[in-house]
Amino acid sequence: MDLRKRIAIAGADETDRIGIVPDMTPIMMQAQAVRNALADAGLQKSDVDALFVADPSPMSGVQLCEYLGIQPKYIDNTMTGGSSFVIHVEHAMAAINAGLCSVAVIAHGETGFSGRRRRGARQGGFDSSLPAAQFEAPFGAGGPASTYSMAAMRHMHEYGTTSEHLAEVAVATRKWAQLNPKAMMREPLSIEDVLSSRWIAYPFHIYDCCLVTDAGGAVVVVGAERARDLRKKPVWVLGSGEATTHQSLLGMPDLTRTPARYSGQRAFDMAGVSRADIDVVEVYDSFTYTALVTIEELGFCEKGEGGPFLANQRSAPGGDFPMNTNGGGLSYTHPGMYGMFILIEAVRQLRGECGERQVAGAELACVNATGGILSATGTLILGAD
Amino acid sequence: MAEYTKPLPVPSPETQPFWDACARRELTLPFCTACAQFFFYPRAFCPRCFGDAIEWRRCTGRGTLYTFAIQYRPQMIGFTPPYVTAIVQLEEGPRMMTTLVGVTPSPEAIRCDMPVEVTWEQASDEITLPLFRPAG
Repeated sequence: MDLRKRIAIAGADETDRIGIVPDMTPIMMQAQAVRNALADAGLQKSDVDALFVADPSPMSGVQLCEYLGIQPKYIDNTMTGGSSFVIHVEHAMAAINAGLCSVAVIAHGETGFSGRRRRGARQGGFDSSLPAAQFEAPFGAGGPASTYSMAAMRHMHEYGTTSEHLAEVAVATRKWAQLNPKAMMREPLSIEDVLSSRWIAYPFHIYDCCLVTDAGGAVVVVGAERARDLRKKPVWVLGSGEATTHQSLLGMPDLTRTPARYSGQRAFDMAGVSRADIDVVEVYDSFTYTALVTIEELGFCEKGEGGPFLANQRSAPGGDFPMNTNGGGLSYTHPGMYGMFILIEAVRQLRGECGERQVAGAELACVNATGGILSATGTLILGAD
Repeated sequence: MAEYTKPLPVPSPETQPFWDACARRELTLPFCTACAQFFFYPRAFCPRCFGDAIEWRRCTGRGTLYTFAIQYRPQMIGFTPPYVTAIVQLEEGPRMMTTLVGVTPSPEAIRCDMPVEVTWEQASDEITLPLFRPAG
């Protein structure tokens, strides 16, 4: 079955405010983002017959249905961390093409910053029956910076990736944020600023690490026939792939590889386009390293060559490899699971809605989100007519 | 013994033999007799062949430093930064996570692939943790 152009993203938007939003809860954000995304698509709440969420709280999908006042016939709580929402697009594609639903809403809302006081001090945070509770937490590994840093260190050792290579990503991404009025971090940033900043988890300086913010977003996915008569021009799903290789750092088959190599190949194979055809690249940058290794795994350069490939501000505005054009998780927003915002930015670029940061002639986008500890990825090839 | 404030592992039926051996200061890992290979972490089936012909075998406690990071933030309760988290490549094949001790927590003092050996920290009556330090 040829799945190209069988579904489209018809609506995409965020909460009215992103950044530091202490007066909203996650479910308020989800609902507001859904309302905004439906308005963007020109659809009504009553049109929605499928709901996709990845909120970590129990029964979150059912809860959001009740809150929204909808009774969908299809629901999916697939939770792969930050990649969930990109993977949801593939699941929606399957469900729509199977005739099980016709208008799918993927919703996200998270108070990574303002919710911190509700979570309290880090207590390990693991179910004691899980492997990480016995074989990682007792040795001092905890938040993402403590584990991604170990993956990055092995990459640096094996391939000669340097702190300067990582800093290139932070600086280029900041330059995009400077063109985006909604970005949280818009002050100028230099390579030297990054290299002289304090360590969070060596080899990561603070500017190698993403923001922690509050934000929500949603996208509306519909079948091809419906897509053609909606408010905005459809953004077609041309290719999709997902892949899961492990959960914990301990279980990672190779610390320098990520499942993006599989999800990427699947997506490019389905779309039938080459890497060179891609106009704009939106990938997860929980850390500078995450973006760098993802570019390798997606096949935009040889394995291990991500550092040299992205050097000399190649991914910055004006470079020939525009990447993370909203300013990324590093400088735009990152409430915890960032994949939703990657998706929204790709849609906006392909619609030509990006103002100063618009990539001229953007017709094909490659989107990849990573979740967990480089554990599970979703890749999409999106295209405009 | 001073009060132990770091997270303590709670052994499961699959992992109890590992922690029992650690309490004797012996590093033992599950060994799949069908594959003739060790694996880690412990589970009821071999992650390669899905077989259950598993034995516990003692390891040398020697290996190399596969990777590490110096944690400058309190990433886990009870740990005082800076400290070094690491993954050790054991001589027997598997990798395990640990805390690297007996070394200055600075980038200059630590390098990937350096030889390391197990050392033990008694955390409670039941739990002794396998930490690693530079060998020799």
